[in-house]
Amino acid sequence: MLRIRHGRLIDPASGHDGVADLWIDGGHIAAIGRAPKGAANAREINAKGLVVCPGFADPGSHLREPGHEHKATIASEARAAAAGGFTTVCCTPDTQPVLDNASVIEHITQRAVAAGAAQVVCLGALTVGLGGEVLAEMHALKAAGCVGVTNLGRAVKDTAVLMHALAYAASAELTVFLHPEDYWLARQGTMHEGAVSTRLGIPGIPAAAEVIAVHRDLTLLAEAGARAHFCKLSAGDSIKPIAEARKRGLPVTADVGIGNLCFTADDVGSFDANYHVRPPLRDARDRAALRRGVRQGGIDIIGAYHEPHDADAKAAPFGLTEPGVSTYDTFLSSLLQLVADGAFDLPTALAGASLAPHRLLGQPGGTLDVGAPADVCAFDPAVRWHVTPAALKSAGKNTPYLGQTLTGRVMFTLVGGRLVHQL
Amino acid sequence: MATPDIQLDAHGRLRHFLAIEGLPRALLIQILDQAERFAPVGDRAVKKVPLLRGKTVANLFFEPSTRTRTTFDLAAKRLSADVLNLNIEASSTKKGESLADTLRNLEAMQCDMFVVRHQVSGAADYIARQVAPHISVINGGDGRHEHPTQAMLDAFTIRRLKKSFDALRIAIVGDVAHSRVARSNIQALRTLGVPDLRVVGPKTLIPPGIEAMGVTVHDDLDEGISGADVVIMLRLQQERMQSALLPSAHEYFREYGLTAERLRGAAKDAIVMHPGPINRGVEIDSEVADGTQSVILQQVTYGIAVRMAVMSMAMGTQAQTGAA
Repeated sequence: MLRIRHGRLIDPASGHDGVADLWIDGGHIAAIGRAPKGAANAREINAKGLVVCPGFADPGSHLREPGHEHKATIASEARAAAAGGFTTVCCTPDTQPVLDNASVIEHITQRAVAAGAAQVVCLGALTVGLGGEVLAEMHALKAAGCVGVTNLGRAVKDTAVLMHALAYAASAELTVFLHPEDYWLARQGTMHEGAVSTRLGIPGIPAAAEVIAVHRDLTLLAEAGARAHFCKLSAGDSIKPIAEARKRGLPVTADVGIGNLCFTADDVGSFDANYHVRPPLRDARDRAALRRGVRQGGIDIIGAYHEPHDADAKAAPFGLTEPGVSTYDTFLSSLLQLVADGAFDLPTALAGASLAPHRLLGQPGGTLDVGAPADVCAFDPAVRWHVTPAALKSAGKNTPYLGQTLTGRVMFTLVGGRLVHQL
Repeated sequence: MATPDIQLDAHGRLRHFLAIEGLPRALLIQILDQAERFAPVGDRAVKKVPLLRGKTVANLFFEPSTRTRTTFDLAAKRLSADVLNLNIEASSTKKGESLADTLRNLEAMQCDMFVVRHQVSGAADYIARQVAPHISVINGGDGRHEHPTQAMLDAFTIRRLKKSFDALRIAIVGDVAHSRVARSNIQALRTLGVPDLRVVGPKTLIPPGIEAMGVTVHDDLDEGISGADVVIMLRLQQERMQSALLPSAHEYFREYGLTAERLRGAAKDAIVMHPGPINRGVEIDSEVADGTQSVILQQVTYGIAVRMAVMSMAMGTQAQTGAA
């Protein structure tokens, strides 16, 4: 039995928000507040001044193993995730070999268990080799434990293939994680098309590339009867069609990457490759719409979309660098900054980071309900820390926050009641 | 957040020359004035001054160029520097050497200045952030971003022939979207105080949001050059002539090609400029290119003096910083 004392417990699922003790037994939440039976010999962790909430989950992180261990490993990133308050992360299929068959999943699962930090679930590839031509063995992927299928940002160019893939995923009862982007409009670009790309002479990706794909995908989804999740919305105009489709009864959800809530294309400034992300950071109007989307519920999830890179990946002129930001270490601070900026309130932020992604991934967790797995994160919302490469647990040091001082740090993380991180 | 910070030292002197954006007007004027002092050097029997004696300038061209490289080469030699011409596209990168490694190797050869041309926007900025602090980087053109020495030689040409920037109407015509010359010219001419700056071209060749750079946009050539004192024609790259951006060189010439007749719509004493190399009968008619209003060859001549000015100023800053 474990007692977490005097923390501010925030549980978006029940709406609970107040200082209380959290009791954990046998890997599960045993009680909130008053001591349950058998509490006499409980170990104690003092959480005074801390916020105690369900651990975060991420809808898609690049864990880089197998195949890209020069960037990061499952062990390094599962530990970094735990240090960032994540209790479950979702591995993307762009491994080498591609996660389009059961053997790769076994490898990842073994590594994750051995790491003993955040839990790792997997997304399978929608098409073989993510090539966009031949359907992956989705039934086999599901049987092996995949929580969904995706082609990531590798657009399926052939609309007929996409339509069939959605229909097949529907019959396999797998959620399709869609990264809406029109291949042709996006293929030459590396940042948002607008005044900044024009000034810098960087080929742009118009917002229309995403909005068109959202409309197309919604139309196909209605035909195919598939359940889908839209990943990494970047354009404000993408939100409404998804919300309307949902009103019509289509089983669709959506998320936004943490970076698109925090930054805009202006931050690319003078070719700063740490702001090179896909989909790109767009303009202030888009960012405001995305924040409003989280606030009003059109966007369910705030994703970390952790993409650790080696130094070489960012050591080139902007357009030649690999996109992505290492986010696990700074995710909580970003979230708290958004709350401080009035983007949305703390319970909404925590629901978007924990409850909603757990539901999307079909995982228990994401709540402090009695009986739920004790996947818990406790953070100090006021402590300040300096972002240096050494301070980052992730093997990827590619973050625009380097050199800055941020507020808020995860003090400890429990997975199944077991302490997997303590600062 | 803008590029320029790293271009200047703590005293506002030029360390690198990467982009016009962010450079103060006084510095641009200083470059033009310095170029005026160098202009007569080319007319002398001994075309040399000893300012860069003992220094090594490496021309790093990751993208083919004849004119720009030659004029940088001449400029460096007239400043008495030793010059290393490296056609990197054909050597290292094809062998898989990374840009960072190429730079390390050149540093080890004890070069003092890199003149860089690269096909990717931001390359000069990246290189300037990578190199050892004693090395100056001069941008010879990066992707679609900037070509700042071209803008300065254009400004030099305009100032020589029009005396002042204060009341000028200037039209930049053609493929603005893919043109680093256009971007640098817009930045330079705005900074120098040109009140009426226009870009002219079909919507497929005008990038979105360009108005934010301080220009008006025209898709009609006659309207765009109406009353203009200076018409800057841009080169149309071969690969755009028949593409999803333009149906044909023929139609482009009919709509946007500068002919003697259409030039009559500009100011009577308008000058016609072009960064070269020109496509006769595509963006400009031979009658105009070779006509009395054309200053295209003067631009080439002035290019040497302007590049001498930029190179000597940047190297001078490095010498002073090093001595301090």
